[in-house]
Amino acid sequence: MSKMRYSRRAVLKGGAAAVAASALPAPMVWAQEIKDITLRQFGTGVSNLNDVANKVKEDLGFTLEMTALDSDSVTQRAATQPDSFDIADIEYWICKKVWPTGNLQAMDVSKIANYDKIVGIFKDGKLTPESVIAQGTAPHTVGFVEGEGSKTFAKEQTNWMTLIPTIYNADTLGIRPDLIGRPIESWTELLNPEFKGKASILDISSIGIMDMAMVCEAMGEIQYGDKGNMTREEIDKTMAIFTEAKKNGQFRAFWKTFDESVNLMASGEVVIQSMWSPAITAVKSRGIECVYQPLKEGYRSWGGGIGLSANLSGMALDAAYEYINWYLSGWVGGYLMRQGYYSAVPETSKEFMSENEWGYWFEGKPATDVITSPTGDVLAQAGETRDGGAFYDRMGHVACWNSVMDENQYMVRKWNEFIAS
Amino acid sequence: MLKNRHIQGWLQASPLTLILIGFLILPIITIVVVSFWQATEFSIIPGFSFENYEFLFGSPVTYKVFFATFKYAAITWAMTLAIGFTVAYYLAFHIQNQTTQIALFLLCTIPFWTSNIIRMISWIPFLGRNGIANSMLQSWGITDQPLEWLLYSDFSVILAFVHLYTLFMVVPIFNTMTRIDHSLIEAARDNGASGFQTLTHVILPLTKPGIMIGTIFVLTLVMGDFITVRFMSGSQKANVGRLISNDIALLQYPSAAATAVILLITVLIVIGILLRFVDIRKEL
Repeated sequence: MSKMRYSRRAVLKGGAAAVAASALPAPMVWAQEIKDITLRQFGTGVSNLNDVANKVKEDLGFTLEMTALDSDSVTQRAATQPDSFDIADIEYWICKKVWPTGNLQAMDVSKIANYDKIVGIFKDGKLTPESVIAQGTAPHTVGFVEGEGSKTFAKEQTNWMTLIPTIYNADTLGIRPDLIGRPIESWTELLNPEFKGKASILDISSIGIMDMAMVCEAMGEIQYGDKGNMTREEIDKTMAIFTEAKKNGQFRAFWKTFDESVNLMASGEVVIQSMWSPAITAVKSRGIECVYQPLKEGYRSWGGGIGLSANLSGMALDAAYEYINWYLSGWVGGYLMRQGYYSAVPETSKEFMSENEWGYWFEGKPATDVITSPTGDVLAQAGETRDGGAFYDRMGHVACWNSVMDENQYMVRKWNEFIAS
Repeated sequence: MLKNRHIQGWLQASPLTLILIGFLILPIITIVVVSFWQATEFSIIPGFSFENYEFLFGSPVTYKVFFATFKYAAITWAMTLAIGFTVAYYLAFHIQNQTTQIALFLLCTIPFWTSNIIRMISWIPFLGRNGIANSMLQSWGITDQPLEWLLYSDFSVILAFVHLYTLFMVVPIFNTMTRIDHSLIEAARDNGASGFQTLTHVILPLTKPGIMIGTIFVLTLVMGDFITVRFMSGSQKANVGRLISNDIALLQYPSAAATAVILLITVLIVIGILLRFVDIRKEL
């Protein structure tokens, strides 16, 4: 049983957790051995939080080891080192890449207690019955497989889920309103010569190409069939527009990691750039004005979920299901929503948030009191509203999902050329 | 007896041979083999195809990137040599007291006790648009606008390279210089050579092996680097190392391997040419 580890650290952690008072009763009566189970989870930094691991120990009794990596490394690891993890916390577009390797196993929906409450985006693709499904790798298109060992994605909901959705959000451009001094309303502003030498885009090809496409489409230069699945011609045109902008000195730098994006913005090197929501928060917490600007063309959205390693079996697999059910039961959702993400089952998270927090983060209402992050940083003062407003306004205006294209390899090479040009 | 010694010799050489085979030859062979494979985003397909090389040689970007790599290497080499030679010369010939000499030499190495990355990244707040350098220049009235080219440019990349790698030039040159017999310099002076003539006719030729070793260090380090270029150019510039690291990040291992093979061959050719000029074995 390679999954069972009896390390000194696990014993120490167990001791610490026993001291801590439990907020929730454990959902099941566990055999003593469950305490000795260690699940190794890896994923991007956004949801790989030590607080979650500590809470798992407290509520469920077993140990969760977290490893945070960047999205490229996550893909690499999920695709090439199946023995190195038990739970993969990955994005849906990564799932499209990784699933065919057979390193993950499908999950039995009937074992997921809150399945019915999961937001429609992850089931039939529709947020509300009237919603139009956005372009790109929409989560529901890679969310299910035909059967237990199947490597092909199912067109509709089945009993076998690839990833259990955990968090998602709608991304847009971040701006420094104090340095720009006028309203920004469209993606085209990224290439506006006014911001020459003060713009940035992220150097992660699969996401960067989407931001580029949003800009090119907004400029009216290119009409895409599907921004999430471009033809070679569309890729060439998009790259040509951005290569020209790069040669003209439009960009100050490209960023690859979260902290780079924060530093570029906070130092004033860049005034408009692709950005992620917590990076905005990080800039703001330094006392610098920064806005996650809603744009009229809509958002580029992403979603993450946890998948189970194909190697999981027996008691470790039971523990993993227990973990998933716990994940959807609200505590983590509340924790993540208080950072500005969305939970897959918002209604369970509501119980773990104050009325003010729920109003600010989910309903888009003005804060009635100071809004703080789970770690205690002040994020907003009373009276402020969230950039972009309510959940349905933000997630209802998704223009495109992060994706992986059929012409991915070609795009990657073109991207490499763009960086090198 | 003779045969016995023969076997003994082989036995003595075998540990190193085995280590080199296991950790140098085999990995290189693997890289060469993989460079002929194919990859999709999902998997790597063993096979034999020139596709990776065709793409590499068919793309104008490759030539540009190789050119940029040589440019970085050449400029960095010239600057590290100029600085390294001067520092070594000062240490070896101007400081008479050996204790002071060693103390000063150790002083040179102190910055190198911290990590490469830290030394590199500390340039970023210094050179930035609102950084120390720019605010200083503006407060002195030298410039009235922040200089944009200080950071995220070829300038910052080369600055970081020179900063990081000068010591690799200082050490071998200093080492060769301390071995120069001082009576040779006295003889030159007795024969009426000026200070400059002594430098060019006596010291420089005798320091060549040290310069060559330093050159090989600097060239291979700069040509194989990717992280300095990435951080100091804000991902805007590329050298061959970045091409490889981008490919790896995107799971394009065969294509990365092909680029690596070409880079390896290029570096070997450069070193081969350098070794034609100087016999460094004489030094070792």
